[in-house]
Amino acid sequence: MPEGTINQGIGASVRRKEDKKFITGKGRYTDDINRNGQLYAYFIRSDVAHANIKNINVNAAAKCEGVVAIYTGEDIAADGIGGPICGWTPTNRDGSAPKEPPHPLLAVGKVRYVGDHIAVVIAESLEAAQAASEKIVIDLDNLPAVVDPATAIGNTQIHDEMDDNVYFDWELGDEAATADALGGADKVIELTVTNNRVIPNAIEPRAAVAEYDEVEDRYTLYTSSQNPHLTRLVMAAFMMQIPESKLHVVAPDVGGGFGSKIYIYPEEAVCTWAAKKLRKPVKWTADRTQAFLGDAHGRDHVNKVKLGLDKNNKIVGLRVDTIANLGAYLSAFSMVTPTYLHGTLLSGCYDIPAIYTNVKGVCTTTVNVDAYRGAGRPEATYLLERTMDYAARQIGMDPAEFRRVNFIPKDAFPYQTAVALQYDIGDYEPALDKAMEMIDYPNFGSRRAEAAKRGKYRGIGLSSYIEACGIAPSAVVGTLGARVGLYESAVVRVDPTGTISVFTGAHSHGQGHDTTFAQIVADKLGVPIDSIDIVHGDTDRIPFGMGTYGSRSLAVGGTAISKAVDKVIEKGKIIAAHMMEASKTDLEFKDGKFTVAGTDKEKSFGEIALSAYVPHNFPHDQLEPGLEETAFYDPLNFTYPAGTHICEVEIDPATGVVDIVDWAACDDFGNLINPMIVEGQVHGGIAQGVGQALLENAHYNEDGQLLTASYMDYCMPRADNLPSLKIDYTVTACTHNDLGVKGCGEAGAIASPPAVINAIVDALSVVGVTDMSMPATTEKIWRAINDATAKAAE
Amino acid sequence: MALVKMTVNGQAVEHDVPDNTLLVSFIRETLGLTGTHVGCDTSQCGACVVHVNGQSVKACTMLAAQAAGSEITTIEGIANGDELHPMQKAFHENHGLQCGYCTPGMVMSAIELVEKNKGLTEQQIREGLEGNICRCTGYHNIVKSVQAAAQEMGG
Repeated sequence: MPEGTINQGIGASVRRKEDKKFITGKGRYTDDINRNGQLYAYFIRSDVAHANIKNINVNAAAKCEGVVAIYTGEDIAADGIGGPICGWTPTNRDGSAPKEPPHPLLAVGKVRYVGDHIAVVIAESLEAAQAASEKIVIDLDNLPAVVDPATAIGNTQIHDEMDDNVYFDWELGDEAATADALGGADKVIELTVTNNRVIPNAIEPRAAVAEYDEVEDRYTLYTSSQNPHLTRLVMAAFMMQIPESKLHVVAPDVGGGFGSKIYIYPEEAVCTWAAKKLRKPVKWTADRTQAFLGDAHGRDHVNKVKLGLDKNNKIVGLRVDTIANLGAYLSAFSMVTPTYLHGTLLSGCYDIPAIYTNVKGVCTTTVNVDAYRGAGRPEATYLLERTMDYAARQIGMDPAEFRRVNFIPKDAFPYQTAVALQYDIGDYEPALDKAMEMIDYPNFGSRRAEAAKRGKYRGIGLSSYIEACGIAPSAVVGTLGARVGLYESAVVRVDPTGTISVFTGAHSHGQGHDTTFAQIVADKLGVPIDSIDIVHGDTDRIPFGMGTYGSRSLAVGGTAISKAVDKVIEKGKIIAAHMMEASKTDLEFKDGKFTVAGTDKEKSFGEIALSAYVPHNFPHDQLEPGLEETAFYDPLNFTYPAGTHICEVEIDPATGVVDIVDWAACDDFGNLINPMIVEGQVHGGIAQGVGQALLENAHYNEDGQLLTASYMDYCMPRADNLPSLKIDYTVTACTHNDLGVKGCGEAGAIASPPAVINAIVDALSVVGVTDMSMPATTEKIWRAINDATAKAAE
Repeated sequence: MALVKMTVNGQAVEHDVPDNTLLVSFIRETLGLTGTHVGCDTSQCGACVVHVNGQSVKACTMLAAQAAGSEITTIEGIANGDELHPMQKAFHENHGLQCGYCTPGMVMSAIELVEKNKGLTEQQIREGLEGNICRCTGYHNIVKSVQAAAQEMGG
């Protein structure tokens, strides 16, 4: 930055540019958008988990006041409209392709979960649509529900295309070598680890407003999405079969995503299709119950883990057999989440010579399960860090020490794991040390003793995690079954007066891109941050984009911006060299000025921008006028954020109430662009993990009814469930992107659940409890204490 | 239909609306003040909190007709022209928001909490915001924001 200016560049905690609209109520979310003459869609959803549809009678409903149209799956099928697709498919261990049964936008012949779409009523008001929907008579022939993933295989068949309810049966690693390692181990620790099913719950429910322009033969869809270009691609090419250029998708302000707004859902597509059929805009907004029933859920794995140790307590082998519940239909990343985003992370931060995993993705009569903050990596981390803790207890070793002796040593990078990934860089001990210092680990014993005097059980729990972020190198993921590339694009447009617009394919729905991305440009060009606008979320304005998920926006999208800025500087140098009659090789660019080495000649960035658009004195023999550059960046590798979180709890044995009394997190995200925003991301991730560990659970009963379909029943973390959080960092810069950044969006949600459960098990170890499942509710803890106490008394 | 009159952000408004119109629909759809949000259907999330005669109310839980004759303040009405309310400033300064969806309700709840309670402890702030759900921030920076605003507001 030029001397004397406020630091707004890389590393500064710049206050967010996007805040003002949100704190004044001027944000523009999809439901805030209304079009003249718009109609309202209301979807009729199945209230049973599994049934054949015998008949749908819409005659009475169609006569209701205000009703414009009622459509069923047959109308959609008649127009040849396809359903959602899966974007990444692993290969089965026998070499065959996974099963991909069709997912009609509106059910055809059968419903497969409570909430499955049966029909849509489109009316002049939402009230009219809802009232008419009650007159639709649906005759269903019920079939048995299949809810429990552990018994789904071979149970009642859900799809004609799949006789065993298994979507895929995938493996990774060396099974024989792992069997040998476990066979020769001094001890084998075995544990069953269940990762409970949770619901993402972005506070803005999903919404869509679709319209069709007859003159242009063109659709516009406003939608609450994390990836508008993917929405356009999937809807145009696979659902609607229309030219991609004829669909304009806008994802305006989006009120949180957490993975649930990646996938392209039926409602958005049906509204878009109906907008043309009816030649009127069609609007749909989910209410919270519809969000619970219809948004993709997260997690829902059952793992059997075997960890082999030698006599020095070094890990020699790991085998994990996982059943992943994918629900009734597949969706965008539902198959990659439990496979390549899960199995590849099973080495964690540890040097494990032999690993093997088998994952079976099963079909149940529940809504689909897809990426949820962390997507596969929290599941891997949870099973590994629970097992590490359990093992440390079994062998009587301090859990921090057990982790330390098994960490990949600092000098072993790049480190090739036994499960495909190559970690480029990392250093895990300093983060562990710092977190232990932050929480005063050595004096925990005295705190536990003091708590005991007050009748409380105090416990401490660690979690050392790693994640693969910056998703993803296209060539690599292509060989692993991805059907898309995972690069990102950026356009940096410098105006004649020197103001700058940056067009990015990443999408901000809380992450603060308007600020972080502007900081990168401000830092590199030496211009004030207020002269930079970040544009995202509009397929007509941005060349292309894969969107925001997988902690990829900065590592991939930010690097694309950095590369486009570099091109602007390169072009600027040629212009400046021409204007100052110097050789380009003598040109330097620093603090917003082009200078000629060894002279006092200089041109400001603004002068060069003006010259690019008023090219009177301009190197026309070398350049075209204008100053706008595009970069597509495809990463060379994943990035590998890692760190240690430590949670300290106090439990009241009389009530089972858990109080999180302290939290220390030390993360390595590589270089930080805006530490304030990074810290906020970690806070939010931890809260989601704490929610899963203590409070949240998507509970289907045996009939397949979702019993937790409102905030009355699904317990979200509130302010008084969480403590103040201590956050710090270590830094090993990513070796393969220009900014040295790794990504921070998911780390908190990945690290936190095992830290909480390990702390609870530690607290309850005084009464002999050795394991605890999520969510560790007050009741569950109270029962565990009482059962353990009763058993001890026997 | 009922003719509903009230004062919203200092301006007298009157509209004929169906009897069952919720206050939040009246604010968002009839008046076009879309800063007040709807995040649930069970009066849990607090994204719709507005002030009715100075008291924070979940606008999804009150009929517009029940608010007839009241003074309503929404998120759009708390700044003094270009001068932000101290609570708005504090949320900006302390990174008390991410996606922004819960923010209007959170700010409105926090203002009443601070105005009605002096010397709030961190725990009291956390308990006082129990009716507002945020999925992004983990509440850490929201609590910091409210503490900072309380200082500024003489709480």
